Amino acid sequence: MKEKLNKIKSMADEAFASSHTLESLEELRVKFLGKKGELTAVMKGMGALSPDERPVMGQLANEVRDYIGEKLEETKKALQAAAEEKKIREETIDVTIPGKCPKKGAKHPLTQVLDDLKDIFIGMGFSIAEGPEVELDYYNFEALNIPKDHPARDTQDTFYIDENVVLRTQTSPMQIRTMEKQKPPIRVLAPGRVYRSDAVDATHSPVFHQVEGLVVDKGITMADLKGTLETFVHKLYGEETRLRFRPHHFPFTEPSAEVDISCFNCGGKGCNICKGEGWIEILGCGMVHPKVLKNCNIDPDIYSGFAFGIGLERVAQFRYDVKDMRMYYENDMRFLSQF
Amino acid sequence: MKLPLSWLKDYMNIDGIDNAEYMHKMTMSGSIVEGIENPADEFKNVVTGKILKIEKHPDADKLVVCQVDVGEEAPIQIVTGAKNVFEGAIVPVAKHKSCLPGGVKITKGKLRGVESFGMMCSTDELGISEERATGILILPDDTAIGEDVTKTLGLDESVAEFEITSNRPDCMSIIGLARETAATFGREFTVPTALFETNNEDVSEYASAEIKDDELCSRFVGRVVKNVKIAPSPEWMQRRLKACGIRAINNVVDITNYIMLEYGQPMHAYDLDNVEGRKIIVRHAEENEKLETLDDQPRVLNESMIVISDEKRAIGVAGVMGGANSEVTDNTTTVLFESACFNAAAVRRGAKSLGMRTDASALFEKGLDSENCLNAINRACQLMVELGAGEVVGGYIDVYPKKKVQTVLPFEPEKMNDFLGMDISEQEMTDILATLDFEVKDGKVYVPTFRGDIEGMADIAEEVARIYGYDRIPTTMMRGEVVAGGKTPKQRLADIVRDELAGSGLYEIITYSFIDPKENSLVNIPADDTRNNFVRITNPLGEESSVMRTDLISSMMKTLRTNYARRNAEAALFELGTIFTPVEGEQLPDETVNIAIGMYGNCDFYDIKGIVEGMLNRVGISNYEFKADTTNPTFHAGRCAEVTIGGKKLGTVGQISPKVCDNFKIDAEVYVAILDFELIAEKFTFDTHCKDLPKFPAVTRDIAVTVNKSVPVGEIVKIIKGQNADILESCELFDIYEGVQVGKDKKSVAYSITFRASDKTLTDDDVNPVMDKILKDLELKLDAQLR
Repeated sequence: MKEKLNKIKSMADEAFASSHTLESLEELRVKFLGKKGELTAVMKGMGALSPDERPVMGQLANEVRDYIGEKLEETKKALQAAAEEKKIREETIDVTIPGKCPKKGAKHPLTQVLDDLKDIFIGMGFSIAEGPEVELDYYNFEALNIPKDHPARDTQDTFYIDENVVLRTQTSPMQIRTMEKQKPPIRVLAPGRVYRSDAVDATHSPVFHQVEGLVVDKGITMADLKGTLETFVHKLYGEETRLRFRPHHFPFTEPSAEVDISCFNCGGKGCNICKGEGWIEILGCGMVHPKVLKNCNIDPDIYSGFAFGIGLERVAQFRYDVKDMRMYYENDMRFLSQF
Repeated sequence: MKLPLSWLKDYMNIDGIDNAEYMHKMTMSGSIVEGIENPADEFKNVVTGKILKIEKHPDADKLVVCQVDVGEEAPIQIVTGAKNVFEGAIVPVAKHKSCLPGGVKITKGKLRGVESFGMMCSTDELGISEERATGILILPDDTAIGEDVTKTLGLDESVAEFEITSNRPDCMSIIGLARETAATFGREFTVPTALFETNNEDVSEYASAEIKDDELCSRFVGRVVKNVKIAPSPEWMQRRLKACGIRAINNVVDITNYIMLEYGQPMHAYDLDNVEGRKIIVRHAEENEKLETLDDQPRVLNESMIVISDEKRAIGVAGVMGGANSEVTDNTTTVLFESACFNAAAVRRGAKSLGMRTDASALFEKGLDSENCLNAINRACQLMVELGAGEVVGGYIDVYPKKKVQTVLPFEPEKMNDFLGMDISEQEMTDILATLDFEVKDGKVYVPTFRGDIEGMADIAEEVARIYGYDRIPTTMMRGEVVAGGKTPKQRLADIVRDELAGSGLYEIITYSFIDPKENSLVNIPADDTRNNFVRITNPLGEESSVMRTDLISSMMKTLRTNYARRNAEAALFELGTIFTPVEGEQLPDETVNIAIGMYGNCDFYDIKGIVEGMLNRVGISNYEFKADTTNPTFHAGRCAEVTIGGKKLGTVGQISPKVCDNFKIDAEVYVAILDFELIAEKFTFDTHCKDLPKFPAVTRDIAVTVNKSVPVGEIVKIIKGQNADILESCELFDIYEGVQVGKDKKSVAYSITFRASDKTLTDDDVNPVMDKILKDLELKLDAQLR
């Protein structure tokens, strides 16, 4: 019996060594360890042994079974690992082939810049206001302290629908509409299209966009105006950008200022973008004119405020290096897909 | 406004201020300097020279050969064709390698075989005269030889160009700018009083004036000068005029222009002998009244204009231009000077309707100071006497119906500091205001009469702040009540729609909101369509941009055309744009936002439909419906759907008709959707309620039915979903087949239908009755046969 068992062991060794597939391995398992397998057959002969021999043979049989079992597992693992490796090898791809992009689209560059402006001002507690593009003369001019016969009203600047209706030339009428509807405290940003009868060229368009800002509250100062715009410029163009407030004149603000920023290209040394000046004009602003407040039934002795107007195309031009304003409105796919 | 910097010296000391500093500081105190130019910068190597010898040119009758001493070791040889040269004449010489105005470069050369080492110059070549000169400029005998000609001619003059804002007509003058300069640099500033001799006569013996309507003219001042000798004005005056861009004419005219520059007060000189009745009348023009102006143009006037007339006829358009009939000529002996203050609006209207904006009208229309009239006319008379141009008659005409009242405002330093967010001392404010000729006395600010723009505390605060320096105002953040900002739901919706459409592979476009009215017919909008009722611009840039659009479609088609014409293989675009619809009885039109989607190249109807569906789903709208629309003339009759939400029209999606594509020269299938954003804004919701995940498995049944080709699959879905069965979870179209196997005019449509219950695992007994009912209904309503 001992010999039989040892023979089975050596047979198994041989068989496993020549088994190369998981299937053949399974066959061997059945052959050696199965209910009808070789080992079982030998074990059936245990009853014929003497009581002394039985435990000895039993132990030996168990040893052989364990041995075969372990050997089987070992061989199986090796085969599995080989199979896996082969599969990986066969499935290997060229990872440098370009990826599959979903179809790309984008918002217009002007919309993207406007979104940034809105975010910055919403962060400072501003709401977004809207107003009509076809506007009453009263809102576009009169209420903004630009009476009839004011030089700013020359027909070469303004598109008229009739005597009392114009295409708004600025976003400032939304200041009036806001103040008529809402009492202070007011903090609004009013973006929109404006119209001037300029022929189209690289720097002019009869339709363009402005972003108007208006703050009215008790105790609003010109220093607050400077602080608010400085925060805006730093967020948009970076902390290192410097601002310069120059006195200017707008009929609806007093005092008024134009704001220059240090040239983003040369940092203020002077280059062709800033025309050698080191400064670039980006917006007009000022303290809301007391007459304008009065026109909206807000008492200038109690309240004060500031307003500003930013040219959106200009902001986008500096951000994206758009050299010709016509590109914004031609909407060539090759332009739009760059943003 | 041009300012020769040396002119400032008449009123103040400008030593030690260089051009760059001047430009910067003036700009920062509110007088914007656009640039400082010096005509001398255009010259190089042009000097004075003395002609020593003139000889005939050996080969040319019209040329002579000159030896010219230019202050160098040896004289240089110059060949010229000029007739007026003579030995001993001192002339400007552009030497070899020299530069002249207009970028002209002179180098040595040969004229008919004789070497010439430069050129002698005429006044036009030197840029000091616009007219072509007949000969070389001959300089005075005592001119130094070899001197830089810009020095000799006084061309070395820096001229600053200012942009003056419309609220500061006082700065449209040399004196005004000198005052600003003095305030900016903290220097003394004085305008000398004009002193001159008059004769013993009185002006009333010579002339009189009358203002018919006080509204037209707040003041008219006149002075008479007799025994006038018309001559060229002196060179220093001509040079200043020229530096300011004004051509010299004769002493009298030049003086009026000089005063306009210096005082900012337009003046006029009449030949008094040609003023009928020697009386000036300021009145409204008569309708169709005729007048020939100084520029020899016949003008037809209207009642809105102011004219100056004598007893018989108009002799000038007030504030705009004088008449030819009373013009000062070489034969004039008695001159009447006018220094008046006309109504700004009337001058502006007059100049505009005559189409002649003059230097004078540009000043008047901003509103001038009537207190300046007398000073200006006195200065003119002083110059007349100084130049020996005539004898000033004693006294002056002064019709002054509306005496200017000085503005006096309370002096509120504390309020101003609060307003500016600053802390400037009362004394410093007073000092700053004094430099601008504002007087602070007894708690009041006395505003100078030339500052018509100053009306209240804010204006005075600006004066203080700009001279003190805007850059010295601190930067602070707003205090006070916290305000909740942000976007309205509709504004957020617009953002989401844009993001969603961009995420679907579309690029956003922005197009002009005015169009050509003919564009509607290009997109086949019928003539009687309400969209042809436009908001019209009365003064458009052209017919092609003369009406506000009533539909986004032509803007989209034009943009697709641009892309197609530029050979972009495909385009996929969208726009959120406003359309304008006139409203009966309202001044302003209705402005509503539409969404346009447009695409061509590598796309079909189901791409654009999918994008629309995706967007609607994204904003929580699911009860939309697409119905075939065969009647929309813009679209392909077989590939167009009307989209509705709860029965309300949302818009149209489809392929553009080939005819319309032809109109836009696009040889491709074009797909467009036009949707009403306002309706989406009405129906959208951001409300989402989470459902529990299903606990029991689903049962899926696939069916394929054969129907007539003309049956829209939408009808089949309606029947499937129309079953009132709680367990029906979803149904999905997975195949449409047309071909021989199903027969002609038939198609096979296959759906996968999913059932599920929330409380148990479904069995055939639950599902079969519903499936049977579906098939029965399909057969009954659509004649559908199970395959």
